[in-house]
Amino acid sequence: MIEGFTALYIFMLAAFTGYEVISRVPVILHTPLMSGSNFVHGIVLVGAMVAMGHARTPLEQFIGFVGVMLAAGNAVGGFVVTERMLEMFKSGKGRP
Amino acid sequence: MDILIQITYFAAAILFILGLRRMSSPVTARTGIHWAGAGMLVATLITFFWPGMENYLLMTVAIFIGGVAAWWTGRRVAMTDMPQMIALYNGMGGGAAGAIAAVELLHGGSHSRVFLLLAALGGLIGSISFSGSLIAFAKLQGWMRRPVRFPLQHQFNLVVFGLTLVPGGLLVFANEYTGTGLLLFFVLALSFGVLKTLPIGGADMPVVISLYNALTGLAVGLEGFVLNNAAMIIAGTVVGSAGTLLTQLMAKAMNRSLAKTLFGSFGGQEGAGEEAVGGAMKPIDANDAGIMMAYADKVIIVPGYGMAVAQAQHKVKELMDVLLGRGIDVKFAIHPVAGRMPGHMNVLLAEADVPYDHLYDLEEINAEFPQTDVVLVIGANDVVNPMARNNPESPIYGMPILNVDQARNVIVIKRGQGKGFSGVENTLFFADNTRMLYGDGQAMTGELIQAVKSL
Repeated sequence: MIEGFTALYIFMLAAFTGYEVISRVPVILHTPLMSGSNFVHGIVLVGAMVAMGHARTPLEQFIGFVGVMLAAGNAVGGFVVTERMLEMFKSGKGRP
Repeated sequence: MDILIQITYFAAAILFILGLRRMSSPVTARTGIHWAGAGMLVATLITFFWPGMENYLLMTVAIFIGGVAAWWTGRRVAMTDMPQMIALYNGMGGGAAGAIAAVELLHGGSHSRVFLLLAALGGLIGSISFSGSLIAFAKLQGWMRRPVRFPLQHQFNLVVFGLTLVPGGLLVFANEYTGTGLLLFFVLALSFGVLKTLPIGGADMPVVISLYNALTGLAVGLEGFVLNNAAMIIAGTVVGSAGTLLTQLMAKAMNRSLAKTLFGSFGGQEGAGEEAVGGAMKPIDANDAGIMMAYADKVIIVPGYGMAVAQAQHKVKELMDVLLGRGIDVKFAIHPVAGRMPGHMNVLLAEADVPYDHLYDLEEINAEFPQTDVVLVIGANDVVNPMARNNPESPIYGMPILNVDQARNVIVIKRGQGKGFSGVENTLFFADNTRMLYGDGQAMTGELIQAVKSL
C-alpha cells in the first residue's frame, strides 16, 4: 500500500484538484460535465481487472467477472454518452 | 514492466484532470472527453500486463460484454434520455467498486486494519451508489412514477444503515471473515441505497444522480488505496470532490439544500395553499395561438421537460425560423434546471441547431418578460410556477423561476391538466393572461407552424 501519510496527502491534493478544476463551470455544461466525470471514474475498470486477475475461488472469479463487466459498461457508456452530448456544442461559438 | 505500468497510470491521471478541465469550458469541451478517453484506453491496455494475473480469457469476455452493451445502448438512446443513462452507467461503476471490495474481502488472510476498513468503506459506498442509481434510473425512465413513502421512513432507513455497519464493523475490527457476514453486509448496503432513493421525488433526481456520481468516485478512490492503484486513487478522488461541488452547484440552482433533498419529502404531503388556486384553465386552439404569435413583436419560448419527452426540439427550431422570417424577435428562456438536468435544454436545442445567441439564462431574461407579447411555454411547469415567488407555503417557495406570468400573453403547451413533476399545482395555468394549448409538444408546435405559415 501507499503508506499512511503519503496516501493522505495524495487524497487531499486530488480532492482540491477536483474542486478547482470545475469551480468555474457554466450552467450549460453541468450535465456534460457530470457525464464526463462519470466516465472518468470508469477507471474502476483497471481495478476490477486486477481484482479478477487475482481471483482464486470460483465465487471470487464470478464476482470479479461481474465487476469487470459493470466497470467496462461504466467506462464505455460514460464515454459514448458524453461524446454525443458534447458533439452538440460544435456548431456554436458560445456566448461569454 | 512495473515501472511502465506506473508511468502509464501517471499519464492517465494527468489526462483525466486535463480532460475534465477542458470539459468545463464550452470551447474546449469536446476535446476534453477525447483526452480523458485516451487516458482510459492506455490505462486499460497496460493493466493487461499487471504482474501475476490470471483469468485473461474471462476478463476479455467480461470487458467485451459490458463494453458492447454500453456502447450499443449509449449510441441508440435518444438525447432526451441521457440523464437516466448517466445514472445507469454511474450505478455500474459503483457496482464494480463494490465487486472489487467483495473480492478483496473474500481473499481473507492477514490484512492490516486500515486495508480492511478502506475496502469495506469503498464497498459500502459503491453498493449504495449502485442500487441507488438503479432506482434513479427506473424513476427517470418512468418505470416508477410516484415517490414511495411511509411513516418513520427516515428513521427506518437510519436503522437499516446502522444494521449495515454491524457486519461491516465485525469484518474490519474483529476479523470475522464469514461468508454470511459479508453477504449480509452487501445485501444491507444495497437495500439502504434502494430505501434512500425511493422517497425522493423525480424533480430532485438530477441532484441525487450527481451525488451518487460523486459517491462512486469516492468508492473508486478508496478501492484504489486497497489495490495500491494510483490511477484509481487520483481519478476517483478528483471525481469525488468535483462531483460534490457539482452537486452543490445544482442544488443551489434549484434553491434546494442537499439536506432537504435527502431528508425532506418534496411534494409528498399536499402543500398548503393549493386551495388558493382560483379560476379555471382556459384552453385555446393552435390556430388562434398561431395568430397571436404571428402578430407579436416579441416572443419568448420557454422549453421544459415536455419538449424533451415529445422530441419537439426540431419543430421548435422550425417555429423559431418561421417567426424570425416574419421579423419577430424570438428568444429562448432557459431555466437552469429545466428538464431533468441542468443544461438539458441547451443540449437539446443545440441538437436542433438553435444558435446560442438566442438562448438566455434566467438572470438575463427575467427583466424582459413584462415587455413581451407572447410567451410560449412548451412542457415546462415548476420552473414557471409563480407560487415559488409569492406563496411561502408552497414546497417550491424560494426556487428562482422564470417570471413568465408578467408577459402580456402566455401560451402553455401541455399534454393534460396534471401537475408538474414536483406534484405542485401551478397558478400560472389559471392566470387571466394564460391560455392552455393541450396536446403533444411536437404535434402542437407543428400545428402552430402551420397556423403562422398560413397567414
